[in-house]
Amino acid sequence: MISLTINGLPVAVEEGSTVLEAARFLGFPIPTLCHMEGLSPYGACRLCVVEIGEGPKARLVSSCTFPAQEGLVVRTASERVLRARRMVIELLLASCPQSKTIQDLAAKHGVHRQRFRQEHEDCILCGRCVRMCEEQMMAKAIGFRGRGDRRSIGTPFDEKSEVCRLCGGCMYVCPVCELRCTYSEPDKVVCGGCANLSPPCIEKDKFHDMMCFLDPCVACEIEKD
Amino acid sequence: MALRELKMAESIAPVADTMEPQSIERLIEENAQAPAALIAILQAIQREHGYLSAAALREVSRATGRPLVDVYGVATFYRAFSLHPRGKHVVSACLGTACHVRGAHAVVGEIERQLGIRAGGTTEDREFSLETVNCLGACALGPVVVIDGHYVSKVGKEKVRPLLDDARRGRVGGRNDGEATSLSLVAHCSHCRASLMDPDHPFDGLPSIRLAMKGPGATGWWRISSRYGSNKRETNSTAPRGTVLSVYCTHCGEDLSDGWKCPACRAPLVSLGVGELARLRVCPRLGCDGHMLDVAS
Repeated sequence: MISLTINGLPVAVEEGSTVLEAARFLGFPIPTLCHMEGLSPYGACRLCVVEIGEGPKARLVSSCTFPAQEGLVVRTASERVLRARRMVIELLLASCPQSKTIQDLAAKHGVHRQRFRQEHEDCILCGRCVRMCEEQMMAKAIGFRGRGDRRSIGTPFDEKSEVCRLCGGCMYVCPVCELRCTYSEPDKVVCGGCANLSPPCIEKDKFHDMMCFLDPCVACEIEKD
Repeated sequence: MALRELKMAESIAPVADTMEPQSIERLIEENAQAPAALIAILQAIQREHGYLSAAALREVSRATGRPLVDVYGVATFYRAFSLHPRGKHVVSACLGTACHVRGAHAVVGEIERQLGIRAGGTTEDREFSLETVNCLGACALGPVVVIDGHYVSKVGKEKVRPLLDDARRGRVGGRNDGEATSLSLVAHCSHCRASLMDPDHPFDGLPSIRLAMKGPGATGWWRISSRYGSNKRETNSTAPRGTVLSVYCTHCGEDLSDGWKCPACRAPLVSLGVGELARLRVCPRLGCDGHMLDVAS
């Protein structure tokens, strides 16, 4: 067992657990987005920031990737943490405003405005789907491509992947529904998108044997705008 | 003081219209021993064919046992890899900070205008590809443009047309107009400051740099090319590859090593003055291409 202090409370957690696991086990809520039980920690969304250390050496780390250490002092809801977290949410809102998950997070954390240039991405590059595909579905059909502002998630060459089994796992775990818009190009589709919800814009029979987890689907409305 | 090591761009082979599967297999086999050889394999294919075709990436994935998505991810991550056939002549314009403030954007704009393509594109006749790079490490010489592996320094808008014409005729860095378009390193002894250039024995169309050498059992001369980007070296020594020569100034006889070690083989480097600011260091080991150009500011 490792003893550490979380929010002033001396606690003991099992060796090998992360700060996030420790805090959650003890009932301290930490919001997460890219973290998912059963998938390897990734530390991409930075929503799970906590403050560790004391005085001038205190710093912000992502709790989902930070291992619990002997004598560690953690604050999960200090003013600095909350400010950083609100900023993260605001930035996420700037890129994916239509995501229900992110909107809920914003409401919960009191983020009422968004000061950045509004974009309408359909992906926050959290890598959940990539890890799901690789670690749970043993497929590696999708992955990161490119880099910088051109980084994207998808199949090689944007073609239907030979190793994809159309399990739909990537869409199931997606917090912003990255892959839904592929429905309009059947050749490039990974799992059929929201096609079997009978959107008026496509012929449904092309996708009739596929599953969909996007309920309700808003892809068509977005595409029409 | 800023010191930078310049790496010489390897010349890019002309684009082949068809990639034979055997040659891809051979390139993979040559590189497959190392476990982390993916980048090396992709580099080799890129070097030989000028780009990475979809079939080549699938073959790499199959032969190395890596998922295609990983191979594709690496191939799209690095700027050095191209997934589309590139032109016969590859023009890389530097847009690093130093080149930028000296007007590299105007140069790129001019090249784009002349070729009728955007940066990253290839002309329809497959003659030229234009790409921009973020720094070539030759900041003191900017704006720098690399055409077919040859560095061209201090490029202005007015230099663009003759450069492209030369490239079209395959003459950039060639014998015909070497002085006009390529970067020649005029070397002098750092001790007595006498010029080491030898116009009577040109290498690559430029005067060679002549030095005195002492190897095992023999003394004589060692000549290196003064063209930036060329590794051409000659000596009258008959010593086997791997021998490290001792190199001296032909005028004052001083030993020219200055304590720096070759980045490739750790032999003591021979140090030559170039202009007022730069220093060319060359590895005196026979068969080693190690070198560095330090530009101090």
